[in-house]
Amino acid sequence: MLKLKHISVTFNEGTPDEKKALKDIHLELEKGDFVTVIGSNGAGKSTLMNVISGALYPDVGDVLINGKQVVDLPEYKRSKYIGRVFQDPMAGTAPSMTIEENLAMAYSRNKKRRLTPGVTKQRREWFREQLKTLNLGLEDRLNAKVGLLSGGERQALSLLMSTFTTPDILLLDEHTAALDPSRAELITNLTKKVVEESELTTLMVTHNMQQALDLGNRLIMMDKGQIIFEAHGEDKQKLTIQDLMNEFQRIRGTQFGDDRAVLM
Amino acid sequence: MFISLFGAVESGFIYAIMALGVYLTFRVLDFPDLTVEGSFVTGASVAAFSIVQGIPPIVATVLALFAGFIAGCITGLLHTKGKINSLLSGILMMTALYSINLRIMDQPTLSLLNETTIFDQLKAAWANTGIDAALNGLLGAVGLEKFPATWSILIVMVIVAFIIKFLTDYYLKTEVGLATRAIGDNKKMIRSLSANTDNLIIVGVGISNSFVALAGALIAQLGGFSDVNMGLGLIVIGLASIIIGEALFGTKTVVRATLAVILGAVIYRIIVTLALRVDFLETGDMKLITAVIVVIALVTPKIVQGRREKMRRAQKRQQLKAGGEGRA
Repeated sequence: MLKLKHISVTFNEGTPDEKKALKDIHLELEKGDFVTVIGSNGAGKSTLMNVISGALYPDVGDVLINGKQVVDLPEYKRSKYIGRVFQDPMAGTAPSMTIEENLAMAYSRNKKRRLTPGVTKQRREWFREQLKTLNLGLEDRLNAKVGLLSGGERQALSLLMSTFTTPDILLLDEHTAALDPSRAELITNLTKKVVEESELTTLMVTHNMQQALDLGNRLIMMDKGQIIFEAHGEDKQKLTIQDLMNEFQRIRGTQFGDDRAVLM
Repeated sequence: MFISLFGAVESGFIYAIMALGVYLTFRVLDFPDLTVEGSFVTGASVAAFSIVQGIPPIVATVLALFAGFIAGCITGLLHTKGKINSLLSGILMMTALYSINLRIMDQPTLSLLNETTIFDQLKAAWANTGIDAALNGLLGAVGLEKFPATWSILIVMVIVAFIIKFLTDYYLKTEVGLATRAIGDNKKMIRSLSANTDNLIIVGVGISNSFVALAGALIAQLGGFSDVNMGLGLIVIGLASIIIGEALFGTKTVVRATLAVILGAVIYRIIVTLALRVDFLETGDMKLITAVIVVIALVTPKIVQGRREKMRRAQKRQQLKAGGEGRA
């Protein structure tokens, strides 16, 4: 479904600030794979997301979606295949537009936008059905401006917007990190449900180790631009936070570092 | 008095078309586009030149609209493909258009006094309808003595302004229009929803300037001339219209916001006309008056809101105090 080959990214090449953000990354996701990505700050997780989404072009390497080379496609073209939820709840929605207008924009993601009304009677009904699955009562507030919603509601809406058109790839970039624990749990549960129901091929970056263990069928750990540890299926099921800490220490010979407190 | 106010409303509805264009860039795209100061004159020049060449006025007016569209698209290209700051790309285009406008007219001012304009044709066609007589009779009944020469311009311009408003409303609700609005609201998001923001900006700025050029073409035909400096300070007038309209009529929905822009443009014209009747003010003070109006329209709502908030809190405290005493 998604294939990354020999991906390398270097920032500020040739200057004292040179930073190899990604070093020769290989990653292959089968259809329906749900991969959680962990790693300390600066490990290259976000760079990886940006390379896949097209917000950033790698120096070398290939990105294939459904066997199709997309590495040279700009972000707006690639987003036909990719749904994305950002860390910032404000980033995934347009605040001064209504809920139904936001949904209509997301509805057009994998289609050609035309000069026909974005919100039709038929679509409005469908949006309402979709919003009901969130259990937040948003289906009764179709004409409310999104800026009036709380962070958790906006993030739930973003999640719905990026998944209800069943994208080939779903990218979740620490999408629960900016929410309070109860809201984060709500979004986590919604994520689990929608990914399972639609069998979405998903890549989720998280700082929360427990979340990385609870969700998905695969886990990868990144450090200094490399994938240093991977666990599949049953191996992943058996993993504990302590295992991950030990693994990191064994491979890198250092503690997981400052992030330890956050990660627990 | 009535006649000058009538004239103000008449031209107000033409300037409203320009204000709708400015609304599209400033508010919808969040693109402070100064091209309008040039493209307004481009519209006027193209229309005037074409009419002098013997092209039918209606065709000349449509040509002006297209000229404005092209000018706007170039600004959009400079910004998106050339990666030039939005403000600067507008200023560059405005500066370039000054020379282009001079070339179009081949002189700083082109008179239309001896030509048949779209309004002359309109008046001629209108004369036989008898609507003027009926409306003037109505005015006579309320005791007015001076009547406007023709109602045709006012009525037709109201219709044209509203047709453009409805087209704008419709466009902004289409799939393309929604994506266009999102550019001014959350660019990152709409890009991640597979919208080609560059193209939408180019077309958006193009449409905006086509409205402005249309208004320029109409104003030139109404006033009987096109002048290379007639766009000076136009952006502030456009902004003044938007801000006055928004302050008075609100922006809850697109339909409401565009209506507010049209009415704002008309009210602006009325305010200026009234201000110019004050003895010590001269025509040259227009720009100063405009700037002051914009400042007032920008500052007052905030003061009013602050006051209201203060009152509300004071009331709350009072209630709480009263409640507390009641319980004690």
